[in-house]
Amino acid sequence: MASVAREFTKGLWEMIPPFRLVLGLCPVLAVTTKAFNGLGMGLATTFVLLCSNVLVSLMRNFIPRKVRIAVFIVVVATFVVITELVMKAYFFGLSQVLGIFIPLIVVNCIILGRAEAFASKNNVILSAADGLGIGLGFTLALTFLGGLREVFGYGTFFDCEYLPGGIVVFGEAFKPFSAMVAPAGAFVCLGLILGAMNLYNNWQATRASQKGA
Amino acid sequence: MTDYLLLIVGAVLVNNILLMKFLGNCPFLGCSQKMSTATGMAAAVVFVMTLAGVITWVLWDLVLEPLKLQYLRTIVFILVIASLVQLVEIVLQKVSPALYKALGIFLPLITTNCAVLGVAVINVDKGFNLLETTVFSFASALGFGLALVLLTGLRERLAVSPVPRPLEGTPIGLVTAGLLALAFSGFAGLVG
Repeated sequence: MASVAREFTKGLWEMIPPFRLVLGLCPVLAVTTKAFNGLGMGLATTFVLLCSNVLVSLMRNFIPRKVRIAVFIVVVATFVVITELVMKAYFFGLSQVLGIFIPLIVVNCIILGRAEAFASKNNVILSAADGLGIGLGFTLALTFLGGLREVFGYGTFFDCEYLPGGIVVFGEAFKPFSAMVAPAGAFVCLGLILGAMNLYNNWQATRASQKGA
Repeated sequence: MTDYLLLIVGAVLVNNILLMKFLGNCPFLGCSQKMSTATGMAAAVVFVMTLAGVITWVLWDLVLEPLKLQYLRTIVFILVIASLVQLVEIVLQKVSPALYKALGIFLPLITTNCAVLGVAVINVDKGFNLLETTVFSFASALGFGLALVLLTGLRERLAVSPVPRPLEGTPIGLVTAGLLALAFSGFAGLVG
């Protein structure tokens, strides 16, 4: 039981993609102009990751080693198609915004990476916990980055079709910092967040070594 | 003729696949440490992306659409790209060992390069004809190569400059890419 909890929580901080596990950057950079888009993309990826981890783990003893990558890709692609069709049917607005990045979940390195590195070696329950944890970590990261860019780029938070206008963070006089929602802002924001995490790690390491001494 | 010229300029500069559309960012950061790696990756991508664009378009137009199997697009395209990469690897090994040696290690990585699948999907989404598909795939790949080589040049310089310690490596690479994207956004409006 403790190990299930550990596999779940490691995705939320210790290995949180894309900050610690620098993989699957394309959707991270592309769809995070608004917090809601990041949340939608993150949940879609979580669904695919959870399902593919479970299925790969169930089949791990039957898949011949030589063709495993091809099998993993077919499994992932199947769940991506399901996600694509469900989103077009029930969340049409969101699916228009995310556009090409929904079919592209299939080449998200995080999903294939977890199938290869974790699900093909561990049992179903651990694999499900791993998939859910990493997926939710990814969702958290995308929502955070989207929120950051939205607050400074538009002056709102969580603007979407279900909450038109969103929460206004800054008043009337606010001049949007439009570079934040331009492509350049995505790269710079992610770079600075990674830098901040390194700074925090260094600070913790120094503190730990001082305590030891 | 001008239409095709505009398509090329649009794909290489204005809507650069890496910096404006955010496709294929994993190799963009992973392969931009050394110039020889970057040029190898760029060449392999040009080769595979053009081939994959044409083949997926033909499959879409002649098989999936007449049979009303559009919903299978993602599965079919990714399988075609994966097997194409394998095939290219085998053929190159036999036909041109020199080229195989140069591109060899980059070919398997291309399967999970989302730019290749992305361009294939864009081709059919925009309803391009066969010639437009070929030109667009080739030009997109050129844009990928251009951005990759530019960033590598910048990062090679950065490797010997004093960078604040927490920003070393990937973070400063991302910030540099951001500045490059800012420069490329100057091309916006070049093509209507």
